[in-house]
Amino acid sequence: MQTATVESEKSRKRSGNLRRRQLVDRIATVAIFGAVILAIVPLVLILADIVIKAAPVMSFGFLTNLPKASPFSPDQGISNAIIGSFVMVGFASLIAIPIGVGAGIFLSEWAEMRFAWVASFTNDVLAEFPSIVIGIFVFVIIVLATHSFSGYAGGFALAVIMIPIVARTTEESLKLVPNSYREASMALGVSRWRTITRIVLSTGRGGLVTGVLLAVARVMGETAPLLLTALGSTLAFRTLSQPTESLSLLIYFYGTSAYKTWQAQAWGAALVLVVIVLALNISVRALTRGKFITGGD
Amino acid sequence: MKLAEMEQTDKGANFENRGAVRPFQTQPKLETRNLKAFFGKTEAIKGISLAIPDRKITAIIGPSGCGKSTFLRCLNRMHELVQRAHTEGEVNLDGANIYGPGVDAVAVRRKIGMVFQKPNPFPTMSIYDNVAAGLKLNGVRNRKRLDEAVERSLKLAFLWEETKDRLKEPGSGLSGGQQQRLCIARALAVEPEVILMDEPCSALDPNATSRIEQMMVELENEYTIVIVTHNMQQAARVADYTAFFYLGQMIEYEETDKLFENPKMELTERYITGKFG
Repeated sequence: MQTATVESEKSRKRSGNLRRRQLVDRIATVAIFGAVILAIVPLVLILADIVIKAAPVMSFGFLTNLPKASPFSPDQGISNAIIGSFVMVGFASLIAIPIGVGAGIFLSEWAEMRFAWVASFTNDVLAEFPSIVIGIFVFVIIVLATHSFSGYAGGFALAVIMIPIVARTTEESLKLVPNSYREASMALGVSRWRTITRIVLSTGRGGLVTGVLLAVARVMGETAPLLLTALGSTLAFRTLSQPTESLSLLIYFYGTSAYKTWQAQAWGAALVLVVIVLALNISVRALTRGKFITGGD
Repeated sequence: MKLAEMEQTDKGANFENRGAVRPFQTQPKLETRNLKAFFGKTEAIKGISLAIPDRKITAIIGPSGCGKSTFLRCLNRMHELVQRAHTEGEVNLDGANIYGPGVDAVAVRRKIGMVFQKPNPFPTMSIYDNVAAGLKLNGVRNRKRLDEAVERSLKLAFLWEETKDRLKEPGSGLSGGQQQRLCIARALAVEPEVILMDEPCSALDPNATSRIEQMMVELENEYTIVIVTHNMQQAARVADYTAFFYLGQMIEYEETDKLFENPKMELTERYITGKFG
């Protein structure tokens, strides 16, 4: 008798636990789906808002015309900002990609050195640096020294932001290359440097390109450091040695202006910027789909 | 008898002189003298002296962890690429120490090639480029010379018939056994004098294994081959000489038939009869 009661109590406890666990499971599933939707909703709202508000100003002329001094002039455009953004980011890439890839190679291939650990840590810190601080730094060492805001200073600030991102993604993608390929190459009597440039880099190139594109996308939208370095301009882009406009700066100045026409143009510029960044991200997806590293083991 | 006691009784039996153990009369191709290998402070190879004959197949057998792969990697200076690893002692190739001062490890590896346990063709390269990799990476551009080297190496590796019509396809598209023969062709293309094989068949099926064994016997006429294997039947089938390693030491080194039929050491006998391993 007694043992029977104990048994049934046990089984009730067990099934009670089970029911409780199933309930918790259902609540957790619902909560997680809810969180995902909450995370996506702002993105969709922002995108929709930008598209709706940018629609009135969008035209071919908007992309190719220059800004006008008066907010009421016809045929206003943002061509100087588009060109300025691309040229400054291009200049930044020229500096940041070789340095970043080089640093990433060092961090991955000479990881056993104590200095590599220090460098890796420093790189992480730099990657997390507030970009306004980098802006101030470049303002002091370039803008004050040359007595001029310039596209070079802006590009340099963007490069400082890009380097740690490129270095980190390079390091990570090269570390994914199986060591057996390095050994196979070394065993053929190939030097370490050639092994790195011809075998390791080519095997890990998918990740490398991804890192570079993500870094480009990241600095495309940077504003704070450019305020202190490139300053912005309403003139046509001619040279990086003068103050240079960028899409982000144009959005900032037009968006905070008192004129409805300029505010509308800020939305237009925002749409252009978002499309550029999205295009970069989508090309990353296309490049890395299923072949981050081909044929690895 | 316990293993420890056997080691006691075995000691000195085959080591009457301090020179390298040499169960053959000809001039050795490779010779180690008191070779030691370390991982950090751990001594994985505890002073091995043995001579490897020219244009013969020498097998190294022994239980897992006995140091046979480490020993092999010392023979072409691959061991030192491992973090915190180093070697002591000498390895003489045709009488010249490859660990001598001023000797370039990269040049050593060009003369002493290696095939690894797992087939590892370069994933971004075609079959042709894989075979030509060693030459191309060392600056050979001459198309005719590359073509010839690729054809010759693939033929030596018995892979030419299967791949001659698809040399431009990726090497990773081949079967496991073909990939391993591709890796052997790749090693042969740089025309090494010695080929080290680190359990080259352990990832392959019996059919692919037998093709590679056939190829080894063919290659023996031109190359000195050292093969590490945990498969004793394989050693018995292909090797002219066999060394038995245990716990970082060489226990016995003899002509293969003698070693398997009439081992001098009790440890060897217990290992080859499957009593431990």
